[in-house]
Amino acid sequence: MKQQIIVSGIGGQGVLFLTRLFAQAAVEEGLDVLTSETHGMAMRGGTVVSHLKVGPFKSPLIRMGQCDVGLFINASNLDIYRNFIRPGGRSFVNTDISGEYYNIDATGLAKECGSLLVTNLVLLGYAVKEGNLFCDEGVMETIIRKSSQPDRIEMNLKGFKAGVSRN
Amino acid sequence: MDQTKQKILMGNEAIGRGVVEAGCTLTASYPGTPASEILASVVNFSRETEIKMHIEWSVNEKVAYEVALANSYTGKRSAVAMKQVGLNVASDPFMRSAYLGVKGGFVVIVADDPGPHSSQTEQDSRLFALSAKIPVFDPASPREAKEMVRKAFELSEKYEIPVMLRSTTRICHARQNVPCLPPERLERTADFEKDPGRWVATPQFLYDLHHRLNDKIDKILEEEDFSPLLIPGDGSLSKYCIISSGVAFAHTCDLLEDMKFSGKIDLFQVTMPYPLNKKFIRKINSGYKKILVIEETYPVIEMQLTNPEINGRNSKLIPNQGELTPDIIQDVLKKFLELPLEAGASPEQIKGKRPTLCPGCPHRAAFYAIKETFPEGIFPSDIGCYTLGMNLGAVDTCHCMGACISQGAGFYHAYAQDNGKFPTIAVTIGDSTFFHAGIPGLINAVFQKARFIVVILDNSTTAMTGNQPTPEVGIMADGTRGTPVLIPDLVKACGVRFLKECDPYDLETFTSYLKEADQYCRSEDGGVAVIISKHPCVLDKEAMKAQPVYSMRITEDCTGCEYCLNNFECPALVSDSDGERVIIDQNICIGCGVCQHVCPVGAIIAEGGGKK
Repeated sequence: MKQQIIVSGIGGQGVLFLTRLFAQAAVEEGLDVLTSETHGMAMRGGTVVSHLKVGPFKSPLIRMGQCDVGLFINASNLDIYRNFIRPGGRSFVNTDISGEYYNIDATGLAKECGSLLVTNLVLLGYAVKEGNLFCDEGVMETIIRKSSQPDRIEMNLKGFKAGVSRN
Repeated sequence: MDQTKQKILMGNEAIGRGVVEAGCTLTASYPGTPASEILASVVNFSRETEIKMHIEWSVNEKVAYEVALANSYTGKRSAVAMKQVGLNVASDPFMRSAYLGVKGGFVVIVADDPGPHSSQTEQDSRLFALSAKIPVFDPASPREAKEMVRKAFELSEKYEIPVMLRSTTRICHARQNVPCLPPERLERTADFEKDPGRWVATPQFLYDLHHRLNDKIDKILEEEDFSPLLIPGDGSLSKYCIISSGVAFAHTCDLLEDMKFSGKIDLFQVTMPYPLNKKFIRKINSGYKKILVIEETYPVIEMQLTNPEINGRNSKLIPNQGELTPDIIQDVLKKFLELPLEAGASPEQIKGKRPTLCPGCPHRAAFYAIKETFPEGIFPSDIGCYTLGMNLGAVDTCHCMGACISQGAGFYHAYAQDNGKFPTIAVTIGDSTFFHAGIPGLINAVFQKARFIVVILDNSTTAMTGNQPTPEVGIMADGTRGTPVLIPDLVKACGVRFLKECDPYDLETFTSYLKEADQYCRSEDGGVAVIISKHPCVLDKEAMKAQPVYSMRITEDCTGCEYCLNNFECPALVSDSDGERVIIDQNICIGCGVCQHVCPVGAIIAEGGGKK
């Protein structure tokens, strides 16, 4: 199994949290994993991106046109990182505008769940459902339980499930 | 894969784990991206494994280096961690420590930032190690970084020499499943053996110490354990070889596999770029006709190979600036292997949303007041979140830690000598930066009779790098209480005679202090005026509980002039969809209430003001 994923958003939207969930899920599945994250000044509301490589890789970075799945918590980042997605790869975008990608109004659904903080988890749920990913919903649910702060577990799961059950 | 001993660790966490596993008893650091998470990891893992260790956020890297060095003099293992420009600050003890050597293993962890992503230079610390004559390791993954920490301690102890572990952003901030071992328990007690000819080393001793250092390096470069590792090819490209180190080696491996060249060409991983193994140098120069060296960021291996035919930075096959991303290395490999290049394959320059001060950031209020009060002023600033004050036009220079105060003095002398008239010079410096390197500059400015305003942006934390505590807060790295050192006391002790303290959210008072400070600078017996702009960082959740929260709205009176957008630059103030009016993004507004004072027509209204 080899899979390359990018997660993008702006600083503060929970890109790093999703990256860690994916990495934990990979280990749970017995797979090697390498990720690369944005830290520093860009985290102050700037554009951030994480690369995630599952399987026998050595380099933590993904090249242009090699990425299998992209998660875009901020829709405008699609323009910046579109080139990373390989032909036939799948992009999941937080937007109510449809296009050549899988779109979901994650912000709207998160608001319905009662917390905008789970926008990232709504998008994750949708991607796990439709992205042909290395892990399934059940594994991700376990990881969310393990990795969330105790007082956030239920809300995070609610957001995740809202994404999974989107039609 | 054995899951029981595997943890997913960030490169910096893996390094911290390595330090704890190696039986180190003192670790000191100053935060700076991409090195900041190393010390926190040392704290966490030493606590988890119940290892006794002194761990400190020192006030700067030079101090950190010296504290750790003395611990090594007593026979105990020490580590010091910093970013690459931190090594510039610590360069004085660094250079001399090579000559005098160490006792207990001493590892200097330095994180470089090719790109750069978050630094003022993209200098290569391996070159610094070479010029200091200090051996350096260059890991290609978090897993390897942890393993190399242990080897570095062993090598350091064997030859009584400091050893550098040079990481880079892509290793520091990569995460990988890493096997973890229980810590070594060395049970050493402090035993400082006096040896004035070594530890005092006046110039008469240094010829001999330098000689000994050279002997050590000559022996280390013969060490088989640290000679470059060969992944052999099948002989089909017998005249070719590729030499690489660090994360560039990892990129090269994956690329060769994708290009179906894995196992066809001899590939060397240099794990210790300095001193470069002599036999290796001979073997490369006599055994291969086409040699490619891929390393970040300066040609350190290339230089030691002293072969003008090498393909690399000197031959311009590899760009001499910037990070070696896989896309760039792909082009390099194709050119080297004489493969066709894909049209349009070169990566675009990635731009995106620029970073900005957080909604409610107290620095924004201070910058707004400074810019409004002194529209013609000169604004030297410094390194931290507040460098982003440039978005508000309130930061004109940023050089290196602490430089703003000395530069403020320099600007004053430059203008004042012309005709005695000088513009208002308003310097901004963060609290942690002030402790780090601002104090000597302030003493100097006072003594040299400069006249300018220093605004110390005191948010009671080192915010940019992840909210590490400052000496004023008085919380040490392990969470216990230290002895607080107060900024007003320091300012007064530097000889400053004008000192005010104010919450910048109170724009009116803050502005009146700025005006008063300017008058003081220009008065007959004036000098340096200091204003402490005090308000906690909005990322400090505890402090935020005490802050009143206003409900903000914009009335029909908004004319869409965008004065607030251009001059206050709060991310929570945005243009509406038609661009005719400004609206408040309630999802990110924290209700600080400051912007109500910014609108020229009073259309921004703050209501309520209760606490969370």
